[in-house]
Amino acid sequence: MNIWADAVIILVVLVNLKVLGSSRLVACIRIVAFQGIILGMLPLLANAGGLTLRMLPAAAASTILKGVVFPWLLIRAVRESGARREVEPIVGYTTSLLAGIAMIGAALWMGHRLPPQALAGRSLVLPAAFFTVMVGLFMIVSRRQAIMQVLGYLVMENGIYTFGMAMSESQPLMVELGILLDVFMAVFVMGITIYHINREFDHIDTDQMSALKD
Amino acid sequence: MNLVGMVHLLAALLLCPLLLGVINRTKAFFAGRSGQPLLQLYFDLHKLLQKGTVYSTTASWVVKAGPMVGLACAATALMLVPFAGMAALLGFQGDLLLFAYLLGLMRFFTVIAALDTGSSFEGMGASREVTFSMLAEPALLLGLAAMARFVSAGASTAALSLSGIYGPLSTHMLVSLGGPAMLLVAAALGIVFLAENSRIPVDDPNTHLELTMIHEVMVLDHGGVDLAFIQYGAALKLWLLGSLLVGIVLPVRSGLAVLDLAAGIGGMFILAVLVGVIESTMARLRLLRVPQLLVAATVLSVLAMILVTR
Repeated sequence: MNIWADAVIILVVLVNLKVLGSSRLVACIRIVAFQGIILGMLPLLANAGGLTLRMLPAAAASTILKGVVFPWLLIRAVRESGARREVEPIVGYTTSLLAGIAMIGAALWMGHRLPPQALAGRSLVLPAAFFTVMVGLFMIVSRRQAIMQVLGYLVMENGIYTFGMAMSESQPLMVELGILLDVFMAVFVMGITIYHINREFDHIDTDQMSALKD
Repeated sequence: MNLVGMVHLLAALLLCPLLLGVINRTKAFFAGRSGQPLLQLYFDLHKLLQKGTVYSTTASWVVKAGPMVGLACAATALMLVPFAGMAALLGFQGDLLLFAYLLGLMRFFTVIAALDTGSSFEGMGASREVTFSMLAEPALLLGLAAMARFVSAGASTAALSLSGIYGPLSTHMLVSLGGPAMLLVAAALGIVFLAENSRIPVDDPNTHLELTMIHEVMVLDHGGVDLAFIQYGAALKLWLLGSLLVGIVLPVRSGLAVLDLAAGIGGMFILAVLVGVIESTMARLRLLRVPQLLVAATVLSVLAMILVTR
């Protein structure tokens, strides 16, 4: 692991913390997009010697999807729903940050429990991946706004992507493109769902939907 | 006798009011004003020192002791701080705790002096001051601990004193051994620096008699020599925490003591200009948001600690 890969991993962790502590939807969307872009760059930076041609399409596809297409879709959803910020999350922002520290600790512990050969020189990537997945899950359960939950889903996907990168030097291209396609479809469908929830109820607060009865 | 340490001590004692002058001139530049003279604080101090003081009849000796103890703490802490790679006048293993708690004692006396005046308004400021500094303290201590760990690993000696931490630090060490962790520490110390010195985005030093101000409200009942002591102590504190920050970001080690010292002092004034720019371009955070910022600083320190201990 060189210093650039280290810096990328730290940036990923900082983005997670920023997402945990921020209430502005558009800012969160942008910063998650940034996370996607730098994670797309990570295979190019981390594999110092082995910059192969077959890594480029996957990296390019993931960077464009996560850095351009998803933010565009989500920002459009924000604009149409008129929601600017998450007002009353289930877990407050300062508490979320403190929970973030606890999650970092848990992620490090999990990273150390893995067999040592899985770590081989990237002791930081695995905990960062666990942490990112946990932050994603935490956002899905602790936020009320549908857009924040979609963002949590994206953050979780970023974590899985990091995990895949840490575990195997190069995933098969088809697998990677398949995952990207799945995520794309998911965000697309969620975007449509948000639009419909918004048109039906004039807000995108999913918490109130659990009170619905047929 | 440590000659360079003496030079730094003299430079800090003489130049610290100038830092505030530079900050104010930068703010004036952004606002399109010509601004107050660079040496304004020196004039103020001179004027205040010639005045007498009036004490409230309800106040006890604590009000009189507060400014003196505060200035004494700041001056003592100054002797512990290394500058531009040179060892400080005083230094022993673990003196970073003494440094942190000298600042704590200074704050404590400012706070009880504010409470002793019996004004409820000052009590409000005191309560805010202790709340925020309680949150800033773990960020400062953990940040320094992370640095101690980093330097101990890099220089393969146990470095637990401020001089021991800042002495071996160099640009080469930062680049080769993992700059990112030290950048996190610098960011955390930067937030602590702004919070402890009551600058924007935590507190606005310009708004007198506004309900959200913190430091200025606690000293409203002090006048004359006492106020001069408080203002000079605040300027010293700005220099103290600023030199910790500049020590990480700009560890110039040219080998020539004079050059290093000049670079360090230059760094301090660049920092002052940066503070002025921050104050001109940012709004103060809402009071409810400030704890979140300080918790974020702590998180940065914890992250740096994890990075250097792995």
